Amino acid sequence: MKQKSGWHVLVFLAPAVLVYTAFSAWPLLATLRLSLYGTDDTGAVSFAGLANFHRLLFEDHWFGAFRNAMVNNLEFFAINSLVQNPIALLLAALLSLRGVRGATAYRTVLFLPTLLSVVIIGFTWQLILSPLWGVTEKLMTAIGLGDWFGPWLGQESTALTTVSLISVWQFVGIPMMLIYAALIAIPDEIVEAAAVEGAGPWRIFWQIRLPLILPTLGLVNILTFVGNFNAFDLIYAVKGALAGPNFSTDLLGTLFYRTFFGYQSEMGSATMGAALATLKILVILVGVGLYFFAIQRRLQRFAL
Amino acid sequence: MSQISTPARRAAGIGRAALVHLTLGGYSLLVLFPIVLVLLNSFKTRQGIFDDPLGLPTALTLTLSGYAKVMGDAAMGHMFLNSAIVTGVALAAILLLGAMAAWGLTEYGFRGNRLLSLFLAFGIMVPIRLGSVAILQTMVALNLVNTLTALVLVYIAQGLPLAVMILSEFMHQVPQELKDAARCDGVGEYRIFFQVVLPLIRPAIATVAVFTMVPIWNDLWFPLILAPSEETQTITLGVQQFIGQYATDWNGVLAALSLAVLPILVLYALFSRQLIRGITAGAVK
Amino acid sequence: MNALFRTLALGAIAAASATQASAGALTLESWRTDDKALWDTVLLPAFTKAHPGITVKFLPTASPEYNSVVSARLASGSAGDIIACRPFDVSLDLYKKGRLDKLNGDPVLANFPDAAKVAWQTDDGRDTYCVPVASVIHGFFYNKKVFADLGLKPPATEPEFFAALDKVKAAGKVVPLALGTADQWDTSQVVFTGIGPNYWKGEEGRKALIEGKAKFTDPQFVAVWQTMTKWPAYMAKGYQAQTYGDSQTLFASGKAAVFPAGSWDIAFFQKEGGLDFGAFPPPVRKAGDPCYISDHADIGMGINSASKNKADAKVFLDWIGSQEFAELYTNKATGFFSLSKFPIDVQNPVAKQMVGWRAQCKSTIRLNAQVMSRGEPSMENELWNVNSQVLNLKMTPQAAAARIEGGYEKWHKTAP
Repeated sequence: MKQKSGWHVLVFLAPAVLVYTAFSAWPLLATLRLSLYGTDDTGAVSFAGLANFHRLLFEDHWFGAFRNAMVNNLEFFAINSLVQNPIALLLAALLSLRGVRGATAYRTVLFLPTLLSVVIIGFTWQLILSPLWGVTEKLMTAIGLGDWFGPWLGQESTALTTVSLISVWQFVGIPMMLIYAALIAIPDEIVEAAAVEGAGPWRIFWQIRLPLILPTLGLVNILTFVGNFNAFDLIYAVKGALAGPNFSTDLLGTLFYRTFFGYQSEMGSATMGAALATLKILVILVGVGLYFFAIQRRLQRFAL
Repeated sequence: MSQISTPARRAAGIGRAALVHLTLGGYSLLVLFPIVLVLLNSFKTRQGIFDDPLGLPTALTLTLSGYAKVMGDAAMGHMFLNSAIVTGVALAAILLLGAMAAWGLTEYGFRGNRLLSLFLAFGIMVPIRLGSVAILQTMVALNLVNTLTALVLVYIAQGLPLAVMILSEFMHQVPQELKDAARCDGVGEYRIFFQVVLPLIRPAIATVAVFTMVPIWNDLWFPLILAPSEETQTITLGVQQFIGQYATDWNGVLAALSLAVLPILVLYALFSRQLIRGITAGAVK
Repeated sequence: MNALFRTLALGAIAAASATQASAGALTLESWRTDDKALWDTVLLPAFTKAHPGITVKFLPTASPEYNSVVSARLASGSAGDIIACRPFDVSLDLYKKGRLDKLNGDPVLANFPDAAKVAWQTDDGRDTYCVPVASVIHGFFYNKKVFADLGLKPPATEPEFFAALDKVKAAGKVVPLALGTADQWDTSQVVFTGIGPNYWKGEEGRKALIEGKAKFTDPQFVAVWQTMTKWPAYMAKGYQAQTYGDSQTLFASGKAAVFPAGSWDIAFFQKEGGLDFGAFPPPVRKAGDPCYISDHADIGMGINSASKNKADAKVFLDWIGSQEFAELYTNKATGFFSLSKFPIDVQNPVAKQMVGWRAQCKSTIRLNAQVMSRGEPSMENELWNVNSQVLNLKMTPQAAAARIEGGYEKWHKTAP
């Protein structure tokens, strides 16, 4: 039951809303507005209606790039959902068990990759996977899988998967933290009651703890979706803004960067970039909206 | 757990513990290997790095030049300070303002509550970088270019939406009876917020703190366009000077970035402890 | 929107004047992070000695971000006074948007040949907006010891080039060709525009493309890609994931025989120490053919039209166009050759070798640098893409030519 309002509501809300509006919402809207304009050589802008969107969706060159980025992004998201989140769930579940020795140490270690700068991550993984300096190849040959090694980051067929897995390596700590926080917030009595009734750890997990953290899992899914569709830094660090080989690692974020700010001799176009950004936001909104109405609504939030 | 410990149970217990440690330990190895690689190589010459990436620094390849360059450089120390100030202030503000806003949204029904939530949530889905040019123009107009204040304000705006969303989620779980009881006792709204609710959601606050501070600390883009001057450079920006157009001084980069991890590692350890303390203090009840 | 922006910008400039550099202080924006030590310890002190009372700060931004960041800074009025200009269309775009000042009539421009100035002039040649600074030359470096051991001399023709590589490959000790395709830019800017001029006859071929008299699908262009398909046989295993940095390291550590290079790399290989290397120009197709080299105007400098301190900026630019700077820069920023008319004694032996090619071979700029990268799709990005794919053996030379020509024709109308 919600309380009635008063001055205190304003005090609680105002500072956050002000800073957010001034430095995030308004600049974003100003940029998105640009999507309805066109630029000419001198940089002057003039209202162009939906012309930019028309170009994006119907001109071969633009639509090809957009579709490629969309498909890559979906694949990126799929890998993250199928690999990152289950691993995070597993690790969090194990960490939250009673009496795991060294849990604190484990938690710190497992979260380390998230603390690192993308430059370090790019450097170390490129070094590890490099066919020249032989780290991965040596290790794989040692366990007899030498033939399976390839220049994965440089091949169209494997580059995106490889970068996605590096991203999983980098960010698994975040869903892990969130799920862990939710798991340990479950009151002990519930778990103990079940244990007293003879339930083993597996059953306790699947039938009691998991359902209680479903809202958090939902949050994790949404964050993964949004994070993946806004991904940029890692691709930029590992493959550059041109997201090779042959745009196979091009995501909506890198496509936007090139379009808006330009790249090498390609001049940036703020208006086309804004149109692309608008489309990207729409994709994200639709995705999140669908998820909410289809799934999240059905999950009960258990008040404890 | 009061259970009779038979040998079978004990064996199962040990077996289970083994599996747990195998999994956690195995994944930890996967995590640590690349990081140790970075640390090792930050002590090697460029030749040494590529000749034998897995090898320990030998007498020939050992070099502290990267670290010497970084630590002997007063400018670097200044950059660390800048990063620390920006991250610290922004984080504190995000947590406070975020918690306040989350409380305002979850506790009080008022017209436009839903709309305001959605308005704030918008910021999660849209990367703030899209508004870069407009932000830069605003900062120029406010005379804040090349100040740390500009960075702090932008990062607060960047971190608020997610903070509000997550804190709201956890605030929903605070039992209504507690709040009602406090109100019946005549406790004011502010006191309820600061003294009843905030302590209860400590795990959430620690969680938000942990992964809000990382993107701020490691961010390159906003320091680059808002505060690139020497006085205001952050460490992530400062490291870029080691990255040449054609040749990168990996020694310097690795040394600088290895050192740059330390402050947030410390912060992370601190917040982690807060997380635990919140739990073991019987968080919910 | 335009009016609003102008008001905002003017207001911003006025408001920001308090924090901007006062008279006597300048800020120089550049992408040459590699040169920071050079500027701070050699070049700027020389300038301050000649012009006491003006202090200049060198504030580089890493090259991949430079274009976008400087553009953002210029758009909002927070950029430095002197801007290092990328050649051709990037800076032309800035000039058209009113970010750079006109430099017409500045006496120092007389120190530069027209061929150099064209990189920083409007299409009609009337307005110049940056003072040329330096160019880079492309060629090949070779490991002298490896060559000596196998009894090889630097190849002059293509058959000799491949014969030499064959011999290195047969000996099996080092990688014949240190080149990878992961970074993409080197496959286009060093390889394609380096060996290509010998095929399309330098300026002749380039101008024919601009005028619409030749097409990328013509034999002289397709042949370049055809030759490139022969290279992977000599490149390291897994070269698809080999970055430019990897190639540099490979060659620097003596593990490769030949490195397709730009003159900018001379300093890097000499610094790493112990490597005895020489340079040879791109081989001609058959003996007796005239040779062409890619001699690319790379760096210029202009004045931010919103600068607070244009008087001092002009003084600085005049010094940039002087002989003193030309000599200093050429000899200290090894591999960057002053574009001025002054005769300069290049001290570094390899640099001297490379600049000496200008006497025997005809110079040309990178093929697509002027005009051709203006439209959609960006030919520069397309060339990076097809050149990497051709070297990855994922695209045939004919397909590459068709793609570039197709993209070009989408927006380029041949001159009537």
